[in-house]
Amino acid sequence: MRSDILQSGPASSISGEYEWFFWTMVTVCTLVALGIAIVLVYSMIRFHRKRENQMGSQRQLNIPLEVSWTAIPFFAFIGMFAYGAKLYFDIERPPDNAIPIYVVGKQWMWKLQHPGGQREINELHVPINQPVKLTMTSQDVIHSFYVPSFRIKQDVLPDRYTSIWFEATRPGKYHLFCAEYCGTKHSGMIGWVYAMEPHDYQAWLSDGGAEGSLASMGQKWFHQFACANCHHFDSAGRCPDLRNLFGKPVELSTGETVVADEGYIRESILDPRAKIVNGFQDIMPSFKGQISEEQVIDLISFIKAIGPQSNIEQHTSPGSVPQEYGNQKGIAGPGTVSISGSKPETR
Amino acid sequence: MQPALALVPKNYLTEKQGLLSWFFTTDHKRIAILYTASITALFFLGGFFALLMRLELLTPETNLVQPETYNKLFTMHGIIMVWFFLIPSIPNTLGNFFIPMVIGAKDLAFPKINLLSWYIFMLGAAVTIYALFRGGVDTGWTFYTPFSTSYSTTYVVAAAIGILIAGFSSIMTGLNFIATIHKMRAPGLTWYRLPIFVWSMYATSLILVLATPVLAVTLLMVAVERLAQVGIFDPALGGDPVLFQHMFWFYSHPAVYIMVLPGMAVVSEIIPAFARKPLFGYKAVAYSSMAIAVLGFLVWGHHMFVAGTSVYSAMTFSLLSYFVAVPSAIKVFNWTATIYGGALSWDTPMLYAVGFIGLFTIGGMTGLFLAALGLDVHVTDTYFVIAHFHYIMVGGTVMAYLGGVHYWWPKISGKMYPEGLAKLSAMAVFLGFNLTFFPQFILGYLGMPRRYAAYPPEFHMLNVLSTAGASILGVGYVMPLCYLLWSWKYGKEAEPNPWRATGLEWKTPSPPPTHNFEITPVVTWNAYDYKAQQEELQLVP
Repeated sequence: MRSDILQSGPASSISGEYEWFFWTMVTVCTLVALGIAIVLVYSMIRFHRKRENQMGSQRQLNIPLEVSWTAIPFFAFIGMFAYGAKLYFDIERPPDNAIPIYVVGKQWMWKLQHPGGQREINELHVPINQPVKLTMTSQDVIHSFYVPSFRIKQDVLPDRYTSIWFEATRPGKYHLFCAEYCGTKHSGMIGWVYAMEPHDYQAWLSDGGAEGSLASMGQKWFHQFACANCHHFDSAGRCPDLRNLFGKPVELSTGETVVADEGYIRESILDPRAKIVNGFQDIMPSFKGQISEEQVIDLISFIKAIGPQSNIEQHTSPGSVPQEYGNQKGIAGPGTVSISGSKPETR
Repeated sequence: MQPALALVPKNYLTEKQGLLSWFFTTDHKRIAILYTASITALFFLGGFFALLMRLELLTPETNLVQPETYNKLFTMHGIIMVWFFLIPSIPNTLGNFFIPMVIGAKDLAFPKINLLSWYIFMLGAAVTIYALFRGGVDTGWTFYTPFSTSYSTTYVVAAAIGILIAGFSSIMTGLNFIATIHKMRAPGLTWYRLPIFVWSMYATSLILVLATPVLAVTLLMVAVERLAQVGIFDPALGGDPVLFQHMFWFYSHPAVYIMVLPGMAVVSEIIPAFARKPLFGYKAVAYSSMAIAVLGFLVWGHHMFVAGTSVYSAMTFSLLSYFVAVPSAIKVFNWTATIYGGALSWDTPMLYAVGFIGLFTIGGMTGLFLAALGLDVHVTDTYFVIAHFHYIMVGGTVMAYLGGVHYWWPKISGKMYPEGLAKLSAMAVFLGFNLTFFPQFILGYLGMPRRYAAYPPEFHMLNVLSTAGASILGVGYVMPLCYLLWSWKYGKEAEPNPWRATGLEWKTPSPPPTHNFEITPVVTWNAYDYKAQQEELQLVP
């Protein structure tokens, strides 16, 4: 199947379970509604008033009936709740090996970035049978990333990250919609997701015209914004060591522990005083207003990429980030742990 | 016949004459009429916006109106219909007229505050309509931040102030009803002898009084943020946009019950009257109203399952949303059981009531889909949600309102409405409604997002069906306006109790005298007790 033909209908790894649950609910609800309709139609015929002054039966209570039509729906509802919650967890928790893709929404377009540095507008190319995790933020108002065929949707908020994941199962071209009203051209904030066979995807990646992987761009910003002046890659500097940081717990000066996920790193760049690492001084300046959301994403990709063996010398010049940081597997050097097991503050 | 008029005792319509006697009246029945006239006009204004939207959606491209205009249309449709029609609809018209009558009182507890609430409502409507004619508002009725506070260039503050003002009218009405129901019941009319209409109106009033102030605070904060950039909701100023959603839905979810509980109130009167049978499971239905009022305050988070809240908060709100569905289910089963075994007559009010059961059931059941976390992710913010809440608010509340207007029309106007035409219009409303909104469930399942001025061509056919349905629905709504006005002047005179119903309002002439009852009634029977009143009503089992 070709990836440029419009497909509809469910097409992701969770959509099978979604469809099963949805149509089970339709069946159960239809049966109950039919039951009510049958009683009403039967009554309509059987209990039609025959004399002008006729009075109905005066029955007005049946305790077993009241108890059963309270208890049965109650337990059925608990069942619906439980299955819905299970499905939600599946939709919300990305697998560890997901390809990280970054999304920036703005009035009225989607900007998407692959770890290899390929940038797209209103289009997203992904391989089938491989999970993809989107980390998203907005430059202005609230948007919502919605791919109906994948049964996923997530609001995209300004000034923080939210994330969602999917795994396409059928090659094809799928609708991408903005689902949260965002102003005049809301209905024009649409695009396409192209799900491709893995080899087509590899071919697309190599034609992608990337300036360099996100991590290598991040490395460039790391030096340009003079981050490297303080954040030495050793454990004796004035600032926290960023090697092997991503996905690890960080102890704060307040005694709390947080996981160093995308949201944490973004906040630490834009609002460094919000969370101070235990044992360090509050000396970092804020980069709010000086750095774009795309540059923050590059820096995060860079920090993800620097593993425990890295040293500052290997990273002194742009472009020296090893190739594996920028390939489609995406995540990181050795030892980096994905955050998917826990629920980060980005949700 | 002219000379005979002098012998007819004066009623609330004839006792005083002239426009001023209406604008300065403190009679709850006349104020109800003032409200009815106002909200009818506003309903057709909101309906006109809906009509334009449906015409725009007749084709996938934008051609009738530009997206800017379309966005203003759905915003003003929502604002007018929610705050200036649905919320005041049944409470301020039928509630105002009949709460004192069904409890055997002469008026509401605070007649002047009742009149004041109408003036405040009209002021709120005027300010909102001013915003509309100055150029409109394009934020959606939900005013989501930071779009509404920092990005929209339309008349957001004026619209917010208009709604804020109307909110005071809601609070006054709620207080007035609570005081009236507590203090002014006729001798012998204990709580468990009250018709369910009163129970449901009481539950509604509690929500009006407790939730509306939160809306006022929220809208004020939006206005202040917009005017002074203080940084409450806009993250660029250090605020939190999701905080707005929490505050907005803390009011607006209970507001759904402000809209539908009165519908349940009306239906709980109509069904026993046309089945000539007591309401099945009276206490279960009464407690269900109160349970809905309480639980309704605890489920606002279900509007935010994809908004970026934590999974655990989402789970909590999902579970609580299922709990609030239980009392609604109990009510549907009890209404159905009331119909079973009755001596049924299928007059127009009963058609509307049965239509209400059907449409409310579909609306409620699709709510179960939206409360299921995993299912909500796909269908939220699509036409599935649009269809769901229109089944509750239009299929539910508007059907009940029209049913109630027909049921009590003989009492209000002293005239009978034309039954044949009324049945025809009830059919048109039911069929037109389903044709309009059922395709929208399918559209939502297929993934069509809401608030889209243009849409992909594969959604075309279902949108054509929906627009076709809307035109039938429009005819169904215009018909009662015409024949009810006609019958007010030319209709057949109504007896005091044309349906042989049991409520106190039927034990006084149609139309009632200004003070409702010549002698204060003493109640010795339960609500809907046909057996106790069998002889008086000349009924036989």
